[in-house]
Amino acid sequence: MLQTLLPILIFAALALGAVGAFRRIRLWRQGQRTPMVWRRLVLMPKRYLNDLHHVVARDKAIAHTHVATAGGYVAAMALALVVHGFGWRNPMLGGLLLAASLVMFIGTIAVNLRRVNPPPKLSKGPWQRLSKSLIAYSVSMFLISLPLVGVAPTALGGGVLAIVLAAVLVWGLLEMVVGMGWGGPMKHAFAGSFHLAFHRRPERFDDNHADVGHDVHRGSRSTALFPLDLTAKTLGVEKPADFQWEQLLGFDACVQCGRCQNVCPAYAAGQPLNPKKLIQDMIVGMAGGSDARYAGSGYPGIDVGKHHGGPSEPIVPQLVEAQTLWACTTCRACVEECPMMIEHVDAIVDMRRFITLEKGETPEKGAAALDNLIATDNPGGLDNASRLDWAADLEMPRIKDRPEGVDVLLWLGDGAFDMRNQRTLRSLVKILRAGGVDFAVLGDEERDSGDVARRLGDEATFQRLAERNIATLARYRFARIVTADPHSFHVLGREYSAFGGDYRVLHHSTFIAELFDGGRINVAAPTQPETVTYHDPCYLGRYNGEFAAPRQVLAALGLEVAEMERSGYRSRCCGGGGGAALSDVPGRARIPDMRMEDVRTTGATTVAVACPQCTAMLEGVVEPRPRIRDLAEMVADALVATAPAAPASSSTREEEPA
Amino acid sequence: MPQPDAKGPSSQIEVKAVALVSSGRHPVSGRPGRAREDARAVEMGLMLAGADLSLVHAGDPEDALLRECLEGYLGMFHGLDDSRDGTLSLLPMGAEEDAVPLLAAWLERTGATITLTGQRAECGEGSGMVGYLLAEQLGWAIATGVAAIERCDAQSVTVLQALPQGQRRRLEIQLPCVIAVDSVAEAPRQSAFGPARRGRIETVDDLLPAGEACLDVANVDWQWQPARARPKRLKVVKSTNARDRFKAAAAKSSASGGQVLTDLSPEEAAEKLIDYLRAEKIIADSGQSSAPDT
Ligand code: SF4
Ligand code: SF4
Repeated sequence: MLQTLLPILIFAALALGAVGAFRRIRLWRQGQRTPMVWRRLVLMPKRYLNDLHHVVARDKAIAHTHVATAGGYVAAMALALVVHGFGWRNPMLGGLLLAASLVMFIGTIAVNLRRVNPPPKLSKGPWQRLSKSLIAYSVSMFLISLPLVGVAPTALGGGVLAIVLAAVLVWGLLEMVVGMGWGGPMKHAFAGSFHLAFHRRPERFDDNHADVGHDVHRGSRSTALFPLDLTAKTLGVEKPADFQWEQLLGFDACVQCGRCQNVCPAYAAGQPLNPKKLIQDMIVGMAGGSDARYAGSGYPGIDVGKHHGGPSEPIVPQLVEAQTLWACTTCRACVEECPMMIEHVDAIVDMRRFITLEKGETPEKGAAALDNLIATDNPGGLDNASRLDWAADLEMPRIKDRPEGVDVLLWLGDGAFDMRNQRTLRSLVKILRAGGVDFAVLGDEERDSGDVARRLGDEATFQRLAERNIATLARYRFARIVTADPHSFHVLGREYSAFGGDYRVLHHSTFIAELFDGGRINVAAPTQPETVTYHDPCYLGRYNGEFAAPRQVLAALGLEVAEMERSGYRSRCCGGGGGAALSDVPGRARIPDMRMEDVRTTGATTVAVACPQCTAMLEGVVEPRPRIRDLAEMVADALVATAPAAPASSSTREEEPA
Repeated sequence: MPQPDAKGPSSQIEVKAVALVSSGRHPVSGRPGRAREDARAVEMGLMLAGADLSLVHAGDPEDALLRECLEGYLGMFHGLDDSRDGTLSLLPMGAEEDAVPLLAAWLERTGATITLTGQRAECGEGSGMVGYLLAEQLGWAIATGVAAIERCDAQSVTVLQALPQGQRRRLEIQLPCVIAVDSVAEAPRQSAFGPARRGRIETVDDLLPAGEACLDVANVDWQWQPARARPKRLKVVKSTNARDRFKAAAAKSSASGGQVLTDLSPEEAAEKLIDYLRAEKIIADSGQSSAPDT
């Protein structure tokens, strides 16, 4: 009896699943279309095994569990199709099928153990059910296939047992095959495969990267925001159908693993943002309905089940509150951590673009900063001519007096208007002079890079600033740009190229490390031993993969670095990026306070920073707390006058360049 | 009959609201943009009339920066009940021409009943006279220093006028009228790029019969010099009462002193004003009189 039933069941499941899958594709294709290049599907297996697994493997136990479960399932399904579906009842294939089911079953046990007391980051509901369905599928497939190798009596083919087995198998097939197309948890395998193949940022994958070995930190390979066509009919994303279809597909691949939720600083601070819920809400919007069936953690302070959406309905505020979008610091911790390589930040900025450019509802202080950027080229509304006031006594060389060109163009950034950061800049100038660097500044010709405007969604102001800065830079000759501001570093180095500005940009940590390497500066050993720790700025580390240089600088200073638990690519944001310091969404705690807790745990008395924004945020933490010092300040204080190659005397030297 | 509309006190009224906008100058960078008081006038107009508000500007259509500057106002057409884009009528005129006859003709033609504007322009003459001259020419009422519109119907409007030290005076004004908006009025909404880009600027150039020159003859032999902020006079208040000291510290310069003059003939009033201005050294003593002091 089973012999006649099995092929029917399997093919019925496949057919039903295919219908669902087709409908799912139609849901994705509601987004803005780009031509579908089917050929890309061949990229999928390599991307899955290589890039995706690289992220999954950060949690070894889960990686092994997933390999066993998914590998076992794919093999068992393929073999079952041949053996039971097409009836090629070869004992050897049967043995393989048994083995595959067994491997899957072992993985399934691990899944179920984890689900006994699931950590809060996981979703329950259908995902809890999936763990049981996995057992149903693997066990029933195993038992049903036993007769193939002659272990069980062929009498299994009839009677009550067979009916029970068949029923369990149907449960398994419904979840594992039909559910894949119809939006059950197994949808992740189907959507995920397509998502890997059609990912909007192919640079994130090895197959698209010229130098595969250049970093293990794949997240930093493609971090520039996509330029917005300012002549488009509506600007930014108002409704789910305004996303690119690849984005909708990407959202649909989410496995609700909660890794993004675990690392999100805004979520930890009790601000109404949870990247996992946000992605799920995008799916609700794409498919239409309410968020009532969501079975994971919601946005802190906002009840689950009260919001609804549809593909052509506005997202804000029916589906997602504006506060949720403004709480994001664009730190990319979620993107870095997501095993499905979903791009949360792109989605958030897309929706912010609509709010700012079409609705004019940027949070108040953000809107004021944008107005200032338009009127004065800096977010504080200050006279741009005062950009060099802090250096009145330093006789800063201006690039306009150096038509023959310089080696280094020192990009000051808006920290030039901030008294705290001016100390850092003065230190940096001292270092450059000690190292005999041929440098100059733009002075009042420099404008804000446009970073804040862009993250606040004001692409128009960003593009205007970018175009003007690029035009200014085009008038001068320099070999490279050095800046102490990771945001300028990122924007100039990565985002201006879309507007025709291609420069070699170095963060000051990289450049100082280079000076040390070349023996161009010398420092004294620290007088007393001190424990320091280093806070990785998001826009330097995760965005651009520079983790090593700051640590080399600290090592050159003879300092022992006590690393925080969350450092390097997992560094926790200071809370100041993406305009979040301006939108200032209230929460339970403040993000910089939490980061300072991380610092304290290491026992460090000084935290080395490398970004004006991080400095400001961390110094805003109430005393007593560890000291906050920029790398440049630490190096400048330790400088000793005699460098062998370039004799540098003091910071007041001028006429350095030849 | 328009449908009764249950939303605001001021919706569905039969007024035709117009905002006169000028090109502003940023106080720090000097770049053109929204003028701060005019933007508040537009905000007030949007609250009153929604997307029905019309904007008008008299200026030089050849000015390359004009569109960008006027877009600052058009970009405020969002968050309203309907999604129509803003329109602005541009009345072309040269730098040496007088805007008042043009504006008056346009207001008459469009049947405007409430004309909102800032109190003075941020560049050019910035005399603050346009509102008065328009009201004079059209025979309308004018209220200046308006902080808010409380109520409005087809006949009259109730406004709150800002006085020093946060005081407000309620005024009832017959329509049509000119309302000059004070800088304490509701802050203007953000100007958004999308609506700004979609907003229409229509040139209206058939207002005055051809050949009728409206040259601004008053200012041909004026001397121009950059404005200087007048130093604020410090008044030491020796009161032991914290409230008095606070009031003195928060007072606007015009808050105290002075006298109220009533029942004067226009000539006497003008004489008094000129005396005052001389005493304050705002106008030179010389003139036609005989005592030169410079
Ligand atoms: S978005 Fe990514 S990290 Fe977050 S829950 Fe979904 S799959 Fe996990
Ligand atoms: S970018 Fe950072 S703040 Fe924004 S959602 Fe992701 S983890 Fe949270």
